[in-house]
Amino acid sequence: MSNSVLFDAPGPKTVLRHRAYAVATGLALLGIAWYIFDGFNDAGQFDYEKKWEVFTTPDFIRALLVDGLFKTLQMAFGAILGAIVFGVVFGIGKLSEHRWIRWPSAVIVEFFRAVPVLLLMVFIWFSLGIKEESSSFWAVVFALTLYNGAVLAEVLRAGINAVPKGQGEAAYAIGMRKTQVMANILLPQGVKIMLPSLVSQCIVALKDTALGTLVLAPGLTKVGTQIYLEFNNRVPTMFVVATLYISVNFLLMLLANWLQKRYVGEKKLQVALPGTVDTGAGGAGGM
Amino acid sequence: MEAISDNWDLYFRSFGYTVALFVIASVLSMIFGTILCALRVGPVKIMRAAATTYVTLVRNTPLVIVFAFFTFASPMFGLTFNFLDVHIGKFDFTEAFGAAVVSLTLYTSTFVCEALRSGINSVPLGQAEAARAVGLTFGGTMTQVVLPQAIRASVPPLASVQIAMLKNTSVAAAFGILEAVAQMRRFTNNFSSQRTEIFIFFALGYILLVLLLSFAASRLEKRWQVA
Repeated sequence: MSNSVLFDAPGPKTVLRHRAYAVATGLALLGIAWYIFDGFNDAGQFDYEKKWEVFTTPDFIRALLVDGLFKTLQMAFGAILGAIVFGVVFGIGKLSEHRWIRWPSAVIVEFFRAVPVLLLMVFIWFSLGIKEESSSFWAVVFALTLYNGAVLAEVLRAGINAVPKGQGEAAYAIGMRKTQVMANILLPQGVKIMLPSLVSQCIVALKDTALGTLVLAPGLTKVGTQIYLEFNNRVPTMFVVATLYISVNFLLMLLANWLQKRYVGEKKLQVALPGTVDTGAGGAGGM
Repeated sequence: MEAISDNWDLYFRSFGYTVALFVIASVLSMIFGTILCALRVGPVKIMRAAATTYVTLVRNTPLVIVFAFFTFASPMFGLTFNFLDVHIGKFDFTEAFGAAVVSLTLYTSTFVCEALRSGINSVPLGQAEAARAVGLTFGGTMTQVVLPQAIRASVPPLASVQIAMLKNTSVAAAFGILEAVAQMRRFTNNFSSQRTEIFIFFALGYILLVLLLSFAASRLEKRWQVA
């Protein structure tokens, strides 16, 4: 650990001590794992025939992937598309020189950032009519659009502000107009800087689709519920559903890290409070 | 309007649950997050690996699933919150509350850990080297030089994390706690013609709480700023 602020390179005595710690930790971890495994085993959760066979049955795999994962991805994708539009409109709105554009944009962005996604979701759900089959789907999409859009607006604004000042000045100097400077010079560079945050926001949106449980939305959690109600195998179902979420998110996370290295380098976006970029929950956000 | 104006007690009680969840889980997540961060930056490889795995897994899991785990799955290996049976005034803190606090804490600590870690990473290596060069011990280097700077740098991200957690308490609505979002859903069910007013009142409650938090955070940040 020679490049850590916190530690010197350890001497021989310390190396031994660290080894002892490592063994103790390993044993403790094994103990916890065993405790959980044993408990589930006693409760019969590892009974392959009764509890797990569902997940090797083609029909249920199809249900999980098509009605579950695909619907979830659909909702997340729709929300992100909407959020990008929302974010570009209000992000640029917040940078406007006209007070009557800037202020309403700021109020709208702050409002949707401060309110939990779940609150929005319930409200939109009731507004669309809870009896309609599709309204829970759209409630999830719209709620996530508004919340993530507000976050992206802030991210985009920070991205544009992070473009070196000389870029805009040079563009004005060669005679470009305000719209041209924004559209041709600042926006493309700002977008490049915000790309990693955009992908992180996709993770937030994807995780937040799970909130749709409260408004009976389709997707992985709903299919999961149906499966465990039928086979009484809550733990295996939860395990499978969580694994699906985690793997998709993990891939997105790798993509975000790669983009960060490729396009941004060490430059960090500073997003003002109450920013929740990549804090998960998305408020429930940020989840 | 009657939906709210006739039921102020229910309105405030629901935000009481929200605040109670937030305060308890916030304190616990700071403690647990600090421990996780210590493991992640520490010198023992297996601790680092375990903490990193935990953080990566939990961060990428929807909070709803974490809640579901402590509500449905953990009782199967004997982890229940039945022992929790506290009643203060009109507030009941029972099983569901315990599960909610644990879920929020475990989930949020991973973000607290990352915020703290970014703070530590922002301290230049030269600072620690200089501290050693003037003869400070390990304890001295930590308490006098590294940690003060790291903590200062992590105030803004930590504030974001806690604000997100405040909003995340709403997930408890789906798991049997009558906090603000659950109460709003009930109101809207009973007075569906007044849904917009109901929504605005509950939204204002959250906005007020978020503003209070970010105000406190910015005061703290200013106070700890290097002169």
